[in-house]
Amino acid sequence: MSTVTLAGQTIEVDAEGFLLNPDQWTPDIAVELAAEAGINLSDQHWQVLDFCRRTNAEKGAPPTVRGITKGTGISTKEMYALFPGGPGILASRIAGLSKPKGCI
Amino acid sequence: MTATLEQEKQAQGAEKETKRKVAIICSKGSLDMAYPGLIMANAARMMGIDAMIFFTFWGLDIINEKKVDHLHAGMLGNPSSPMPHSLMGLPGMEALATTMMKKKMDALDIPGVREMLEILDDAGAELYACQLAMEMFDLETSDLVSQVTESITAMDFWQKAEGAQVVFI
Repeated sequence: MSTVTLAGQTIEVDAEGFLLNPDQWTPDIAVELAAEAGINLSDQHWQVLDFCRRTNAEKGAPPTVRGITKGTGISTKEMYALFPGGPGILASRIAGLSKPKGCI
Repeated sequence: MTATLEQEKQAQGAEKETKRKVAIICSKGSLDMAYPGLIMANAARMMGIDAMIFFTFWGLDIINEKKVDHLHAGMLGNPSSPMPHSLMGLPGMEALATTMMKKKMDALDIPGVREMLEILDDAGAELYACQLAMEMFDLETSDLVSQVTESITAMDFWQKAEGAQVVFI
């Protein structure tokens, strides 16, 4: 475990940069985490992030890419355009959640 | 001059770091041998790792338009088979095992093989058919699913797989 400063707050993250406590997350943090990955958050990004946070709150785990595409109607192709560095990890990391456990 | 070289080296190092790549060779056409390659390649793409799959020999069944929806679970000669081999050889048993496996996959929301290929294509994975195996099995590009980029030779594969971690299945 280590800490980083994001949007003026001290945040606990794991070795891969995923927030350890989703409650520490704020939209400002998402903007900074996205910028680190070279992403400028659009409305469609926010739609994905909201879905990830909602799913995590309901099910106790972040959704996989397949879960996101099925749940939001955003296509696989669009997901890769939104998160070019890897939608499987980036969506969840920017949403302040843990690394998704699913394989699809 | 030295500083420039040093900078160049660093820049190259950084580029290498971001360009992780996997090249998977799928040489078997049974359902249980198709999924590992497809899922591993997709997982790589989900993490931002470049991925390519080279389908050769029986692996061509995975991208064969006529066979892609009808791959069978290979239970004969498989020591992990839950059923005795004496039974697995009987007519219909392989189909039964395949149906059971597909049911389980449906329950886990694992996409079918055709859909996996579509997902991989959408995810930017490169799918190649082995030219020599195509000739052996009298296959044309039109016999393959549309997601296949092209058919290439073994030497083409090594060229494209430069710097990649290679997995043979």
